[in-house]
Amino acid sequence: HLWLRTSFGGLARVKHGVVAATASQVSLQQQCRRYAVGQLSVKERIDKKRQEALLGGGQPRIDAQHKKGKLTARERIELLLDPESFVEYDMFVEHRCSDFGMEQDRNKFPGDSVVTGQGRINGRLVYVFSQDFTVFGGSLSGAHAQKICKVMDQAMMVGAPVIGLNDSGGARIQEGVESLAGYADIFLRNVLASGVVPQISMIMGPCAGGAVYSPALTDFTFMVKDTSYLFITGPDVVKSVTNEDVTQEELGGAKTHTAVSGVAHYAFENDVDALLNLRDFFNFLPLSNQDAAPVMESHDPSDRLVPAMDTIVPSETTKAYDMLDIIHAIVDEKNFFEIMPSYAKNIVVGFARMDGRTVGIVGNQPKVASGCLDINSSVKGARFVRFCDAFNIPIITFVDVPGFLPGTAQEYGGIIRHGAKLLYAFAEATVPKITIITRNAYGGAYDVMSSKHLRGDVNYAWPSAEVAVMGAKGAVQIIFRGKDSQVEAEAEYVEKFANPFPAAVRGFVDDIIEPSTTRKRICRDLEVLASKKQVNPWKKHANMPL
Amino acid sequence: MSVGLQVSPEWWVAGPYQWRLSLVRTSGGCRWSVPVEAAAGPYQWRLPLVRTSGGCRWSVPVEADAGPYQWRLTLPALPQVMKTCRMMGIQTVAVHSDVDASAVHVKMADQAVCVGPAPTNQSYLNMDAIMEAVRSTGAQAVHPGYGFLSENKEFARRLAAEGVAFIGPDTHAIQAMGDKIESKLIAKAAQVNTIPGFDGVVEDAVRIALDIGYPVMIKASAGGGGKGMRIAWNEEETRDGFRFSTQEAASSFGDSRLLIEKFIDNPRHIEIQVLADKHGNALWLNERECSIQRRNQKVVEEAPSTFLDADTRRAMGEQAVQLAQAVQYSSAGTVEFLVDSHKNFYFLEMNTRLQVEHPITELITGLDLVQQMIRVAKGYPLLHKQEDIPINGWAIESRVYAEDPYKSFGLPSIGRLSQYQEPLNLSNVRVDSGISEGSDISIYYDPMISKLVTYGATRAEALSKMEDALDNYVIRGVTHNIPLLREIITHPRFISGDISTNFLPEVYPDGFNGHQLTAGGQRELLASAAALHVSAQLRAQTFLGTISSLGLPPSLCVCPSPFFPCLPPSACVCPSPSLPQVEVGGESLVVSGEWDLASPLLPLKINNTPRMLQVLQGLQLLFKVRVLSPLAAELSSFMPEKVPEDTSSILRSPMPGSVVAVSVKPGDTVAEGQEICVIEAMKMQNSMTAAKTGKVKSVHCKAGETVGEGDLLVELE
Repeated sequence: HLWLRTSFGGLARVKHGVVAATASQVSLQQQCRRYAVGQLSVKERIDKKRQEALLGGGQPRIDAQHKKGKLTARERIELLLDPESFVEYDMFVEHRCSDFGMEQDRNKFPGDSVVTGQGRINGRLVYVFSQDFTVFGGSLSGAHAQKICKVMDQAMMVGAPVIGLNDSGGARIQEGVESLAGYADIFLRNVLASGVVPQISMIMGPCAGGAVYSPALTDFTFMVKDTSYLFITGPDVVKSVTNEDVTQEELGGAKTHTAVSGVAHYAFENDVDALLNLRDFFNFLPLSNQDAAPVMESHDPSDRLVPAMDTIVPSETTKAYDMLDIIHAIVDEKNFFEIMPSYAKNIVVGFARMDGRTVGIVGNQPKVASGCLDINSSVKGARFVRFCDAFNIPIITFVDVPGFLPGTAQEYGGIIRHGAKLLYAFAEATVPKITIITRNAYGGAYDVMSSKHLRGDVNYAWPSAEVAVMGAKGAVQIIFRGKDSQVEAEAEYVEKFANPFPAAVRGFVDDIIEPSTTRKRICRDLEVLASKKQVNPWKKHANMPL
Repeated sequence: MSVGLQVSPEWWVAGPYQWRLSLVRTSGGCRWSVPVEAAAGPYQWRLPLVRTSGGCRWSVPVEADAGPYQWRLTLPALPQVMKTCRMMGIQTVAVHSDVDASAVHVKMADQAVCVGPAPTNQSYLNMDAIMEAVRSTGAQAVHPGYGFLSENKEFARRLAAEGVAFIGPDTHAIQAMGDKIESKLIAKAAQVNTIPGFDGVVEDAVRIALDIGYPVMIKASAGGGGKGMRIAWNEEETRDGFRFSTQEAASSFGDSRLLIEKFIDNPRHIEIQVLADKHGNALWLNERECSIQRRNQKVVEEAPSTFLDADTRRAMGEQAVQLAQAVQYSSAGTVEFLVDSHKNFYFLEMNTRLQVEHPITELITGLDLVQQMIRVAKGYPLLHKQEDIPINGWAIESRVYAEDPYKSFGLPSIGRLSQYQEPLNLSNVRVDSGISEGSDISIYYDPMISKLVTYGATRAEALSKMEDALDNYVIRGVTHNIPLLREIITHPRFISGDISTNFLPEVYPDGFNGHQLTAGGQRELLASAAALHVSAQLRAQTFLGTISSLGLPPSLCVCPSPFFPCLPPSACVCPSPSLPQVEVGGESLVVSGEWDLASPLLPLKINNTPRMLQVLQGLQLLFKVRVLSPLAAELSSFMPEKVPEDTSSILRSPMPGSVVAVSVKPGDTVAEGQEICVIEAMKMQNSMTAAKTGKVKSVHCKAGETVGEGDLLVELE
C-alpha cells in the first residue's frame, strides 16, 4: 500500500494545499469568532452558526476564490439548482480532529469543508455535495466524508442522482487515517450506487491523490477549463520520482483529461458555463435505474423526412463524411450532447432525443481513422453503452466501420481484451437497440456494433451499406490468390457483397431503408420498443473483460 | 405543439429564478430582420409550370405544340433551362461530373450522363466527353449554360460539324466577341463608344500602363466574370497584377494573353440585353444595372437602372444592336458598358451567352430568354418588334454565395447544406438554384448557391420584397453572404440609386462588419431573445407524464456585450406578468409569436410589427446575446476572460482551396506584407502575406496541396 501513502502525502505539495491554507487563516478566524458563547441564547447561537456556515472560510478566502475565477461552494449550488429549492443538511457538523491545534475554536467551521443537501433541477430531485475550498482548502476530513456519505445513502434510498462539485486540496492531513477512511467510505458508496442512480462529478478545482477515485467511479466526470486539475500525484512529486518537468495543466488539466487520458467526459469554459450546461445535461438522465428516461416536449415532427441524408454518404467508398452530420440531422432539433468529443474521435457517443425521448447515440466516425475501432474507441463506446443500459436509455447505433485497427501498438496494448468490452456491452444491453448501417460493416467490427446477432431489436441498412468480411480488394486477393483475373473477380465480389442484400436475405438487417426516412423509422420503433422487456440470466454479477 | 407565452400570472410570483439563454447551444443567435411590408403588389401571379417563378410572366410558347420541337437537349448544370424545355416539350439530357450526380439539374433531366470527375477540365470543359454524350443520347441541340463551354468557339464548331445545334450565337460571333482585343476593334468599327486602351497582346505591361496612364485595368483577353482581372495604380501593382492575371488566365481559360486599358474611376456597370435571330433582326431588351460588385464580380443587379434616362437607354440599346448586327449575332447576348457620372458610356465587352442575371430582364420584359434562344437556334424569326419591348415594373437579383462576407466582402466557404429552405412561400419571388438540402458546396465550382430574384410594380416594392425574401431564406452548413446582401439593399445610398462599382469599398472602407443595430433594434433583439429564452426554459421544465410546478423568472439580465453600445452594460430585461410583455431598459415591448423551437424561422410580432427571427447554431452568430438570471449575471463577473491565441505569428488559410505556390522556406526572414504563399480557391488566386516581420519557423503546406479553412500554413518565430 505504498502507493496510497505516496499519493496522499503528495497532496501537501499541491499548490492550493492544506498547509498554506491553515497558516493564513488564524487572524481571520479570530475576527469571526469574537463572542462569548455563554452570553447568547440558543436561538442566537443557531443564527450565528448559520451565518458563519454561509460564509465558509470567511470573506477574504471567498475573495481569493473569486480572484482565481472560481465560485464558492454555495454560489455553485445556487447556480446549479432551481431557485430556493436547495435543502441543506449538516450545516452544524464540525470536524472532530484534536491534534495540531485543530480543536481550537478558531479552527472549527460549521459545516466543515463541504456543503451538502438536496434540491431540484428543472423540478427534478437531485442530491448535491459541493466542496468548499475556502475551508481548509476543501480538504477531506472524517466529518466531510460523513456528510457526503449521508446524501449518497439517501439518494440511493429515494432514487435520485448525485452530483458532486469537487474542489478540494485532498486529504485533511491533520486527521490522518480518519481522512483516508472517509475516502474509502465514499468510494464504497460510489460503487454501490453505480448503476442505481446516475452519479456526476464536476471537477471545479484541484482534485488530487486518492480523491480522484471518487470521480473515476462516477458515471460522468466533467471539468472546468484552466481551473480544475485531476491527478494522482502533483507536479512536485512527479519531479522527485520520475524527474519529469510538467505543469499542473499539462499533467491533469481539462485538456489532458478530455483529449489524452479519456478520464474526463467534457470540459466547460468556466464555472458558470459548466453549471448551466450541467442543468441541460441533467434533463437527459432518468433519476434512477427504476425510472424511465425522461420524455420532453418536442417541436420537431417525429415523421420529419431528412432529404439531406439521401446524399450524405459519398459515392466513392473511400471518401469520408461526418457522422455528426447524420446525428444532428436525425435527432430532435439538432440537439446532441456529445460525450468525450475530443477523445477517441473515431467513435461518437452522446445523448440526444427522438420525439422527446432520451436516447444514447453511438456512431463510428468515418472522418477520423476511417471510423475503425481501436482500444480507446472501444472503451469509450463500451462505457457509454453500459451507462445507457443501466439507466433505461435506448441505444441507437450508426455503423460505418472498416474493422479493428491493425498493428503492433494495438495488439500489444490489448485490443483483443479492450475490443471485447464493447462487444460485451452491446451484447449484455437489454434496453431497446436500434442499429443503422450507413456504409461499411466489415468483419468482426460488424458483429460488435450492435448487430442483429447481439440482440439488436431493429437493424436497418441504408442502400449504401456493405456487410462483408472485408472490402472487395482484400477479399479477392485472398479468394483468388495467385490467379490472374482479379479485376473480374473483384467486380463479381462487389456485385455479390458490396451491397446490403447478403445481410438482408438472411434477415440480419430487418429492412433496407431510404436514408431520408431514418428519423421517422427510429421514432416509430422507439415507440414500439418502449415496452420492451428482456432479462439476462441470473448471476451475481457478470465478469466483463476488464 | 408550441409553447406559447400565455402563462398564468401566479407562475410569476415563484421568486428569484436562475436561468439563462445560451443562444450558443440551444438556440443560436438571431439574424435580425426589419419590418415586413404587408402590402403585396398587384403582380401576384404564379404560373403552375414554373414552380420557382412567382411574379414572372412567361410568354406562351408559340410553337410548343408543333412538331419541330421534338428535340433532345444536352446541357450542363442549368435547372432553369430545363424548366423552359419541359414547358416547351423538349426532352433534356443533363451532363454532369461525378460529384454532381445527385444535383438538381440531374434529377430534373429526362436522362443524365456523367462526363468525368469533379475538376472542370476533366468534366464540364471536357469536349470529347460531352461530344460523346451528345452522340450517345442522340441529342439534337446543346445548351451550354453560363460558363464553361458557353463561349467556346471550338466547342460550337465541333457541334456544328456534327450537325448538332448550339444554342447560342454562331462560331464567328463567339470568336469575334470572345476575344477582348478583337471585340474592341469590331466595336470601334461599328461606331460603338470604347475605352481608351491598348488594343494588342500585352508584353511589356509597365510601359503600356505608363502610356495609358494610371489607373489601369489588366484583364485576360479570353476572360470574363472577373477572373484574371486586376486594377493597378502603380508600377509594382502592375507587375504583380500582370503575373497573377497571367496565371489565372492560363488556369481558367487556357489562354494567358492579357490586355490593358484605362480604368474608369467610379463607374457604373450597365449592360444591355440583346436578342437577335438568324434573319438579321435584333432587339435590345433594356438594361441591367450591375454596379454592385466585389472584386469585379456582380453581387446585386437590378433592371431597369435608376440612372438611365430614356435617351441614354435608347442610345446604348442602339449601339448594342449595331454591334450585334456587325457580327451577325444570333441568340441572346449581353453588351456590357461602363457608364460614368456624366452618362457617357463605353463598350466593355460582349458576352455571347445567357447571363447569370438574365431573370431580371425576363421579369420586366415578360420574355423567356431561354425559350427565345431555343427558337432562334431552331431558325425561327423573332416574334417581337423593338416597340413591343416594355419595362414593366422592377426586378432585383441578389446573388447568394457560399462565402464569408466579413472577409474581403466574400471569400469562398465550403460545406454541406445541412438545412436549406428557399423563400418560395412569398409571392413575386423567384429562386434559381442548382442545389438542394444536403448538397455539397465544393472547391471545384463557383460558390453560388442561388439567384434570388424579386419583382415589384415599383422599385420600392421589389426592394421590400427582397428584404423579406432574404429574411426568410434558410441556409445552414455553409457561411453565406445574405447579411451583406441585406445590408446593401437597405443602405440609403443603394435605395437612392447612388451607386457605382466602388460602392462596397466606399460604403465599407474597413470591410463589412455586419449589421449595426440601432437602439430600438437592440431593444427588440434583446426582447425577442428573452422571450425565446422564456419559452425554451418553460419547455425544459416540462416532462411529459409528470406534473410540473415551476414558474418563470421575474427578471433577466442581459450580459454586457460589445454589440449593444446603446444600452447600459447590464440592461435588465423583465418579462412582466402580463406576458407577452418584455421590459428592456425601461421600455415595454410586446413580443408574440408561435414558439416552434424546432423551426429555423420564427415569425414574431414585436409591438405588432412583424419580425423574422432566424435561430442559428454555433459559429454563424451575428449578435451574441446571453440572457441570464441576475444571479448568474452577477457571478459571471468573476469568470476570467480567456485570452485568445496570438495569431500574428501564425498564417492560417482563410478559405479552403489549393496551394499554388509557397514563396518561403523555414529560416527565411519575411517582411510584413511580404507574400508567403498563394492559395487558389474557386479559380481565384489569393496572395497570403505575413502579418508581421519575422523569421519563418515552419512551413506546413506545399504547392499542389489542398488546404481547408483555418489550416495552418506557415508559422513565424
